[in-house]
Amino acid sequence: MEYFDSSRLNALVLLVLFCVFVLAFIQRARSGGNLFIRRIAGLNAIEEAVGRATELGKKVLYVPGIMSIDENQTIASLAVLSHVAGLTARYGAELDVPNKDPLTFASARETVKEAYLHAGRPDLYSDTMVHYVTYDQFAYTAAVSGTMVREKPAANFLIGSFYAESLLLAETGQASGAIQIAGTAEVAQLPFFVCACDYTLIGEELYAAGAYLSREPAMLGSIKGQDWTKAAVALVIVLGAIFESIHIFPGLKSWIGIN
Amino acid sequence: MFLKVRLPILLTFFAGLIPIVAFFFKDGTPYVKTLSSSLEQDMVIVSGFALLLGVVNVVQGNVRKIERREKGWFYAIVLLAGMAFMGLFGAAGAMRLFGLPGIGMMADGRPTPFQWGSLYLFTPLQATMFALLAFYIASAAFRAFRIRNVEATILLVAAVFVMLGRIPIGEPLFGPITEWMMQVPNGAAQRGIIIGAALGAASLSLRVILGIERSYLGLDKSE
Repeated sequence: MEYFDSSRLNALVLLVLFCVFVLAFIQRARSGGNLFIRRIAGLNAIEEAVGRATELGKKVLYVPGIMSIDENQTIASLAVLSHVAGLTARYGAELDVPNKDPLTFASARETVKEAYLHAGRPDLYSDTMVHYVTYDQFAYTAAVSGTMVREKPAANFLIGSFYAESLLLAETGQASGAIQIAGTAEVAQLPFFVCACDYTLIGEELYAAGAYLSREPAMLGSIKGQDWTKAAVALVIVLGAIFESIHIFPGLKSWIGIN
Repeated sequence: MFLKVRLPILLTFFAGLIPIVAFFFKDGTPYVKTLSSSLEQDMVIVSGFALLLGVVNVVQGNVRKIERREKGWFYAIVLLAGMAFMGLFGAAGAMRLFGLPGIGMMADGRPTPFQWGSLYLFTPLQATMFALLAFYIASAAFRAFRIRNVEATILLVAAVFVMLGRIPIGEPLFGPITEWMMQVPNGAAQRGIIIGAALGAASLSLRVILGIERSYLGLDKSE
């Protein structure tokens, strides 16, 4: 026990509680339990956006953010990309996925290739669909903005981790007249996406996207477990505020990590 | 099946579990902390190889564009020329070839070709892109603040108070209101989003570590 960092016991308790909730709901989902997940408008609009691009004969542009594959938002984005690629394969729409990070590029290419294979249309897949642009943030922004202006895609997906380029991309896409679906967990970028895009996946909606779109019971179970953990965290916050206000358990505030 | 499905999932399981375990141990704990930090270094090495793959893809894509005279093919020439210029002088400088002292400044204060390209071409282009943000913020704000419904009106009123509170002439009167709006309603909403996003990220991580979420590997549930 001499190596254990006791100041992180609170995080360990939350982690164990979280794992118990998630695993219990995954088990329940696998045994056939009915799990309700609320409707997410941005994810329901994906098919409409791809359908619109197909009807107009224009391309679908998918931007998976600017971060690498070690970022959770990028992994969540690739789950959405898999679904979008499946739809473009089924409808025969053109897909364009420009990448900033080389590892994301490699994963995105594999994701799209497999999606076309699963959709039964490997003949429509081309390596040029998923391509690398540059490692520089603003050079990447310039390249993607240029694509939006020159080629006028009918649907833009801006899903993943974004920073200063979020509004540059979203406003250019808005000006080009594309239907835009964005999603990020970067709190500072959310207002920009809300202003300039038709639909925005806010924070946890992005992380839930893969589960929501796949409708796989085990994945949905994890979302339910996450919701129960959130309820537990909310309860702890309320109890903490009450205890702190009436000076009961004075050490509780510092133990749960509130300064 | 093993190489394509099980091995990546096993690797993900251990690569995901080690940093979590390391988080609960003190600095200097043998094996666990070392293993965790070496994983981070491995990520940089893998990224380096992947970057090479990206460079090859950029060259292939742009050469194809020039060959087929696709729309905007002239820009592909500019891109390849820029990449060759910076790549060659960057490599020559780093290896101290052709009398270059490195990739920074020369002994007489003049920039090396790589530094010249960086200072006088690349940096101004980056700054131009970033500067455009001011105009985009103005156009997005104009659209967001149009009074269309009750929510947009509340947004407009709140924005006016915050903007007035952030300029010298309005700060004495509107400063405290601005601070309250930013700290209380705005802060509460942001915390709600952050807590939800943090739990969402943790849930996704658990799905990835347990091999339930596989789409990033290009796999579906049947595999």
